[in-house]
Amino acid sequence: MRLELRGITKRFGTFTANHRIDLTVEPGQIHCLLGENGAGKSTLMNVIFGLLQPDEGDVLIDGVATRFANSGEAVRRGIGMVHQHFMLVPVFTVAENVVLGFEPTKSFDRLDRQRAREEIRTVSREFNLEVDPDAIVEELPVGLQQRVEILKALSHDAELLILDEPTAVLTPQEIDALMTIMRSLAASGKSILFITHKLKEVRAIADVITVIRQGEVVGTAQASDSEAELASMMVGRDVNLTVDKAVVTPGDEVLVVTDLVVRDDRGLPAVNGVSLSVRAGEILALAGVQGNGQTELVEAIAGMRPVESGTITLRGTDITNHSPRQVLDAGIGHVPEDRQLHGLVLSMSVADNLVLNTPRRAPFARRGSRNLAAVNENAEQLVKRFDIRTTSTRALVSSLSGGNQQKVIVARELSRPLNLFVASQPTRGLDVGSIEYVHRQIVNQRDEGMGVLIVSSELDEVLALGDRIAVIHGGRISGVVAPSTSRETIGLLMTGAHVESTDA
Amino acid sequence: MPEPTARRSLWSRVTGQSPFVVTVFALVLGLVVGAVVIITTTAPVLDAWRGFFSGWGAPGHAIKVTVDNVGAAYRIMFTGSILSPSTFWHALTTGHGWTNALTPISETLTYATPLTIASIGVGIAFQTGIFNIGANGQAMMGGIAGAYVGTLIHLPMVLHLPLTLLAGIAGGVVAGSVPGLLKAYTGAHEVIVTLMFNYVVSAFLLYALLSTALQAPGQQNDIARTLDPSAQLAPIFGTASGLRVNYGLVIAALVVVFAWWFLERSSLGFDFRVTGANPQAARASGINAKVVIILVFAISGGLAGLAGITELGGFYKTLDGGFLVGNAGIGFTAITVSLLGRNKPVGIVWASLLFAALGVGGRAMQAATGIPLDLATVIQSAVVLFVATPVLVKEIFRLRTTPTSSMQLATKGWGS
Repeated sequence: MRLELRGITKRFGTFTANHRIDLTVEPGQIHCLLGENGAGKSTLMNVIFGLLQPDEGDVLIDGVATRFANSGEAVRRGIGMVHQHFMLVPVFTVAENVVLGFEPTKSFDRLDRQRAREEIRTVSREFNLEVDPDAIVEELPVGLQQRVEILKALSHDAELLILDEPTAVLTPQEIDALMTIMRSLAASGKSILFITHKLKEVRAIADVITVIRQGEVVGTAQASDSEAELASMMVGRDVNLTVDKAVVTPGDEVLVVTDLVVRDDRGLPAVNGVSLSVRAGEILALAGVQGNGQTELVEAIAGMRPVESGTITLRGTDITNHSPRQVLDAGIGHVPEDRQLHGLVLSMSVADNLVLNTPRRAPFARRGSRNLAAVNENAEQLVKRFDIRTTSTRALVSSLSGGNQQKVIVARELSRPLNLFVASQPTRGLDVGSIEYVHRQIVNQRDEGMGVLIVSSELDEVLALGDRIAVIHGGRISGVVAPSTSRETIGLLMTGAHVESTDA
Repeated sequence: MPEPTARRSLWSRVTGQSPFVVTVFALVLGLVVGAVVIITTTAPVLDAWRGFFSGWGAPGHAIKVTVDNVGAAYRIMFTGSILSPSTFWHALTTGHGWTNALTPISETLTYATPLTIASIGVGIAFQTGIFNIGANGQAMMGGIAGAYVGTLIHLPMVLHLPLTLLAGIAGGVVAGSVPGLLKAYTGAHEVIVTLMFNYVVSAFLLYALLSTALQAPGQQNDIARTLDPSAQLAPIFGTASGLRVNYGLVIAALVVVFAWWFLERSSLGFDFRVTGANPQAARASGINAKVVIILVFAISGGLAGLAGITELGGFYKTLDGGFLVGNAGIGFTAITVSLLGRNKPVGIVWASLLFAALGVGGRAMQAATGIPLDLATVIQSAVVLFVATPVLVKEIFRLRTTPTSSMQLATKGWGS
C-alpha cells in the first residue's frame, strides 16, 4: 500500500499540533517518523488512522484521497495500528483479543474458539510470530503483548502497519526480535510507518526517515546519518548523547540487601535470594529483562511490598518491612517505574505533586493546616531549577508532557535530604532532551556522594550510567560486572547464562 | 502538549466547559422535561389539544391552555419556594405580612439545612474515593443518640444544646466507624456494608423507641419523648414569627466553612484527596490507607449524624418511627445532592438549595394546581441525569468542548 499525506494540518483550539505535513510511505518500505514527545507524532497517526479528522490536507491511499470517519474504516482499508499503550483486554486470551470485533461464530452466534485459534496459528506461521493463542494477555510479558497487537493488525489483512513508539516498553532482545519481524513484513510487501524518538533504532531499520519538530516536518534524513545529526535535527539544537562522568571513589555502603525474598502479586517468589549493595558516590545499575523481579525488588526497598525473608539496611539501620512513610523519612528517594500510577496524582496541580510525599514537612504545613504560599514558592523554585515546562505551577500535572511529568517526580525526590536515590526506568518514554537532563541529574547526585540505584531495561542507559552493573534474571543476580563489559556478555547474563568474568 | 493559550471571549467563557454552566443548562433541560410531563398528564391541556382541529380558534386555545398550565405550575413552584413578588411588595410597602412573604424561602432553607450537612459528609467521602451509602443510617443514629441526650438529661441550654449536638455527631461517628473499621481491617466493600448498615440502624431505631426509656411515657407506639426546649434548635426569628428556619442554618454554614478548609487547606484533607484521586500514589507517598479509611468514615459519619440531630432538633423535635424513612431519607438524597454539587462544599450548598426548593415548591404546586408533587421528583431526577451526561447537554446547547479532550480520548489506552 502506498500512503501519501498532503499538507495535513490539525489544530486543537489555537494550538497547531500538525502543520502542513507531507509524507509518503511506499509499499514494502519502512518509514520512520522521528520526533520528540509532543512534536505531534501521535496526532498525525490518529489522523491517518481515522481517530481524528484533519482540518486541512488529504490522506491518499494508493493515490486516492480518502477520509476515514472512524478507525473501523481505516482497518477495513488495510491500515493496522499498534498503539504505544496496548489496546488489549488484559483478562482475555490471545485468541479472543485477536478476533475481537471480527469474531468467527458457530451456530446461534456462539464464538468459535477453535477457528479463532486456528486463524491465529495460520497468521503466526505466515509471519513467524510465535505466541500461544490460549495464553491470558495480562500474564504475557510486554514484548509478547505487543506481538499480539501486531498479530491482531495482520489478521485484519493490514497492508500498512503503524507502530507508535513500539520499543518504549521492550528489552534489547525483544527489540531485536521486533526489528526482525518488521524487516520480514516489509520484505513481504507490507508498508510500515514506525514512530519513535530512539535514534539507534531508526538508524538500524529505516529506509526513509522523516523528522518532525513542533508539528512541522523539518526534513528527511538517511539511516546513514550519525546519531548526533539526527538528534540535533529532532531537538533543534546540539545534544550531548554520552553521559560525562567524573571518576569518584565510592564511600561506605549505603544500601545493603541480603538474601532478599519477595513474592509477586500471584504469590510466587519474584525476588529469590537477591544480595546487593550500593555505596555512597556510586551508581549501581540493575539490568535485566523486564519481569525478572526488578519491580518487586524496588517495591520492597520502597516499603510498598512485604519482604518474605532477608534484610534491607540503609546506612546500617534495618529498614526491612518498614512502611512507605518510614522509608521516605529514612531518606530514600524513589522514582517509581510507573510514574502515572505511583508517582503522580494527575488530577492535581504541579505544586501539589511537588510536595506529594512531604505535605506535612515545614514549611509546607503547620499544625494540620497547609501553607499554600510555601507550597507554591517551593514549586516556583523547583520548576526553575529543574526546567519543568509548564504554563504555571497551578496547572494540572496531567497537562504536562511525559518528560516534564518525570521531571516533576525527579525534582520532588531530589529536593529533600536523601541517603539513597532509587530510580526505576527513569527515562522510559522520554525524549532525547529529557533523557539528557535526567541522566545529568542522576550523575550529579552521585558526584555529591549519594548512593544511587538505577533499574533499567535499556542497555544503553545501564552502560552509560552504571559504575557497576548488576544483572538480574529469574529473581536472582546472575552477575555483577564493570561497565566496560561487552553488550553481548551482559545480554547473556540477562538470559540467565553464567559468565565467568565477574570482575567488579 | 502545551495548553492552548487562546484569548477567550466573554461568551466563550459563558458557554465554556465550566461545570456550573453545564449544571444551569441541565436545570433548564430538567424544567423542559417537567413541562412535557405536565402537558401529557394534565387533563385540561390534553382536552384542548384533542380539539385542535375543532374550529378556527382551537389551535390558539390549545397553545394558550398549555402555556397557562405549565406557566402556572412553574410560577407557583417559584413563588412557593423562594418568594412571591406581590406578597413581598405588600410586606415591603405596608410593613405587614412579612411571615407570608418570607415563609417560602424560610421553608426552603429549613429543608436545605440538614441536607447540606449530610451531603457534605457524603461529598468528603466521595472525594476520598469512598462511597458512603450509609449516610441515612448514620443520620438516623445521630438523631437517636441526640434524642437520648436531649430528652433524658436536663441541663441549661448552654450545656444541653452543645451536648445534644455532640451526641448526634458521636452517634454518626459510631455508625460510620463500623463499616470503616470493617473496610480497613478486612477489606469488606464499603458500599455493601454501609448500605446494609442502614437496615441495622432502622431496626435499632424501633428498638430504641419501643423498648428503652426513650419512648414517651404512657405510649405504646414508636414515639419518643419530645426534646427539651433547651436541646432544640430554636427558630432564628422566634417562635412567634411562624418562620421555621432555625439555628441549624448556622451549623450548616459552619460545616460548609469547615469542609472547605478541610478539603482545600488541611494536611489531612490533602491526604484524603490524594487517596481519592490515586490510591496507589497515595500509598507510595507514605499515606496510610487504613488511617485514611477509618478517619474518612468517622468524619463522614459524624457529619451525617450532625445532619440527623439538626433535622430532629430544628424540625421534628420528637423522634418517631418515621424519622428519615422513605421520602424523608435525607441521607439518600444527600448522595445525589453531593454528586450534583460535584462533591465540593460550595457546589453542595447550591445543589441542596435547588433540591429543597424543588421539594418545597412542588408541595405548593400540588396544593394550588393539583399537579402531583412527583413532578418535582421528575425534575430533580432529570437534572441529575443531565448533569451526569455533560456531553449531551453540551451537544444540545452547542457548548464549546475542551479542545484537547478528543485527542486524549483517541490516544489513551490501558496502562496510561
